[in-house]
Amino acid sequence: MPVNILMPALSPTMTEGNLAKWHVKPGDTVSSGDIVAEIETDKATMEVEAVDEGTVGKLLVEEGTEGVPVNQAIAILLEEGESAADLDKTPAPPAGDGADGGGAQPAAESGGGGSAGGASGAGGSSAPQSAASAPGTHASLENAPPAPPAPKDASGKRVFASPLARRMAKQAGIDLAGLNGSGPHGRIVRSDVEQAIERGTPAQQPAAQPAGQPQAQPQQPAAQKQPAPAQGVDAKASAEQLGMAYEEVPLNNMRKTIAKRLSESKQTVPHFYLSVDIEMDEVFRVRKELNDRAQARGEDYKLSVNDFIIRACALALKTVPQANAAYNGSSALFFEHADVSVAVAIEGGLITPVIKKAETKGLATISKEMKDLAKRARDGKLKPEEYQGGTFSLSNLGMFGITNFQAIINPPQACILAVGKSEQRPVVKDDALSVATMMSCTLSVDHRVVDGAIGANFLSELRKLLEDPMSMLL
Amino acid sequence: MAENSFDIAVVGGGPGGYVAAIRASQLGFKTCVVEREHLGGICLNWGCIPTKALLHTAQINHLLHSLDQFGFKADNVSFDVAKVVKHSRDTANKLSQGVTHLLKKNKVTVIDGHANLAGQGKLAVEKDGKHVQDVQAKHIILAPGARARQLPHVEADGESVWTYKDAMVPKQMPKKILVIGSGAIGMEFASFYHDMGVDVTVAEVVDRILPAEDREISDFARKTFEKKGIKIHTEANVEKVDKGKNGATATIRTKDGKTQQLAVDKVVLSVGIVANTENLGLDGTKVQVEKSHIKTDQWMRTGEPGVYAIGDATGAPWLAHKASHEGVICVEKIAGLNDAHPLDYKKIPACTYCSPQVASVGLSEQAAKDAGHKVKVGRFPYRGNGKALAMGEDNGMVKTVFDETTGELLGAHLIGAEVTELIQGYSIAQTLETTETDLMHTVFPHPTLSEMMHESVLDAYGRAIHF
Repeated sequence: MPVNILMPALSPTMTEGNLAKWHVKPGDTVSSGDIVAEIETDKATMEVEAVDEGTVGKLLVEEGTEGVPVNQAIAILLEEGESAADLDKTPAPPAGDGADGGGAQPAAESGGGGSAGGASGAGGSSAPQSAASAPGTHASLENAPPAPPAPKDASGKRVFASPLARRMAKQAGIDLAGLNGSGPHGRIVRSDVEQAIERGTPAQQPAAQPAGQPQAQPQQPAAQKQPAPAQGVDAKASAEQLGMAYEEVPLNNMRKTIAKRLSESKQTVPHFYLSVDIEMDEVFRVRKELNDRAQARGEDYKLSVNDFIIRACALALKTVPQANAAYNGSSALFFEHADVSVAVAIEGGLITPVIKKAETKGLATISKEMKDLAKRARDGKLKPEEYQGGTFSLSNLGMFGITNFQAIINPPQACILAVGKSEQRPVVKDDALSVATMMSCTLSVDHRVVDGAIGANFLSELRKLLEDPMSMLL
Repeated sequence: MAENSFDIAVVGGGPGGYVAAIRASQLGFKTCVVEREHLGGICLNWGCIPTKALLHTAQINHLLHSLDQFGFKADNVSFDVAKVVKHSRDTANKLSQGVTHLLKKNKVTVIDGHANLAGQGKLAVEKDGKHVQDVQAKHIILAPGARARQLPHVEADGESVWTYKDAMVPKQMPKKILVIGSGAIGMEFASFYHDMGVDVTVAEVVDRILPAEDREISDFARKTFEKKGIKIHTEANVEKVDKGKNGATATIRTKDGKTQQLAVDKVVLSVGIVANTENLGLDGTKVQVEKSHIKTDQWMRTGEPGVYAIGDATGAPWLAHKASHEGVICVEKIAGLNDAHPLDYKKIPACTYCSPQVASVGLSEQAAKDAGHKVKVGRFPYRGNGKALAMGEDNGMVKTVFDETTGELLGAHLIGAEVTELIQGYSIAQTLETTETDLMHTVFPHPTLSEMMHESVLDAYGRAIHF
């Protein structure tokens, strides 16, 4: 019997993906392990391998189709001895787990422009896909009635909420997954949404809220919408109105994720910022010494200043574990290991590969790992587990000449360190003016779990380590 | 623990008190109930239950006089008042014994007598005016109930002026009565006596009968009662009642300012209730009484630590199911259960068993508007429902009120046959916070009266199918 190739779930949170490229066409023979397609998720492009062997009977989803739900059939594979005539024996695709509307796309035959239904991209959650079926396969596909998707939280679990709470949250643009339910068995009920509206409304634009002005109506807290295009002025409408020339580029999944995650962070996480200047002459000296030694011995690593900062962060987090934290609603999580997410600029956005258990790794290991991760990040070849689950973030714009900046916290982490350029500055030492290589760092902190003194402790540890880098070689 | 020492002592064995006691015992508390008269309280003995028995017999009488409609014929239909009353009393007694059994089964100690607060964690129990024992308890729940309100100038004497209690046990059928007050109790007696063949007049101070209901339902009810032959005066004051040998003469000042004399056999007083807050030993405690009701917080705690109050004594609505729920909430909070939730007083259904029946839950259309809601209102008439027509009950209406923005079911107001059995569907809907969409997607069985509940929701959104 012909076998369906399904849209794979490439990470635990993936609900849909874009079919970036087909590597096969109908009639091709594939064997287990062959690459059949490339799938673009919110962060990376992944290759889909064939699990069975056989002949490609039909491609059901056109190249370039966005927002294909996980578990939707994307192609049909014919087994040995089967021909195209057997296509209508295809088993019904298993019903997707909620976000999936069921049907397969007749994309290969639809010709011309975008395919119907599922091609609507990230907006697809409100439009369950029709069970449109390819000619000849409808008999086996008709059992998938579209069901409204149940809302899910970040870990893919169903969110229980009353119908009224769901509607009120939708109208107010509030993500139910972020609320704690006070109803039976933790169900989210009306009062939870009302409280969220109350909490959220004034917090959104505190600066723009003149004293004595009535608060925005609950119907209009558009700022909570994720992503948030509609706060204040619609860019496109205003550009049209004012006759400004522009080019409109649709957002890729990475851009959408950045917009959503960081809007959410900046709006819901109470940030505060701590800055410190660190003398880096010792780091430069030790780095040169170690690199010269490596070269002389023919070893294959070359340490960067950033590698020192990664290790220093990891060790400082071990000394000040209260900063290695995440806010979890009714609790706080403190992590055992320092998994340091390092922001890497790539085409179309940025991504944060993680150096796991960085406190256990030496500078050479960190350096090699970072080089490999950064290269594969730029090639779009990172696996989800390589960029998910850090406990602390590091963003370094020194190489662009930035002297200091403030970064937005990468939820659910509690801290992100923004690192500026190391440069020679005049400093006063022992009552005399001298020159030193200085680097300014700013720590952004989630005040819900980490207080000022803890953040300051962490920076003080970090400075100690960087100003005496021999201490971190141990 | 000593014999007279308890975790929880409940004062009053009505539907608030005995339910609280059973729940307390389920949760492992050593519990007692102190009751001075009947277990089951007014509800079981002199309220809800015996009146339902009477109203059922009235309905039978009404049916026996409408036999022709269904193709039957019977001559010389008559009834025996004593037996009608006996059915009512037997029903009440059976249930009261049932409560005794339930308390025993749940190992609740029942103490016969009248209890007074006598210092912290202590009750003094009297019987026939004599102190019989003291009871120690960590938590004391007051569930003393309420009694009929009297009018200062019209005193009930059990002869020509009756309270609800007298009206429930007539020795013979009066020919003509005046009911003062048109709330649930007043209209149930008006309906009962009318359907038993009595000439009934109702006098109400405000401008409509059943004033707690949605105005449209009040108006609908009035029209129906007047068509049946009940005379109704609203905005009318009974200025005095002269008691005579074989009846009474009431002086009624009507809306137009004129007075009229009405000679009747009996006057039935149904002008509300007052809480039994006297003789509880509240003086000198921090228990606050406001407008004759005991003040509590949402967990039924009074101002006095360890003292709680539930039921009619804490205020409107004066309903058995409200008292029971308060009792359970009070006890579960004492036990520290996580899922204890305060009672949402907007979601308590109310039922009146007159003919036609009236039932409602949530906000009336006017109350919803007053609360700032933009509303969508749906209505469906009984004459559009197959089951209603088959039953010969084509007079009635199902009205629903939704918030236009959120689709929240704000209220439901029903009048007609069996609406008291229908209303809980909307109560569930409200408790689960459904919107109009969920109600529209719910499959209602055909042929039932409940289909009207569906159609009313559809009508609110201009989608009714059968009307």
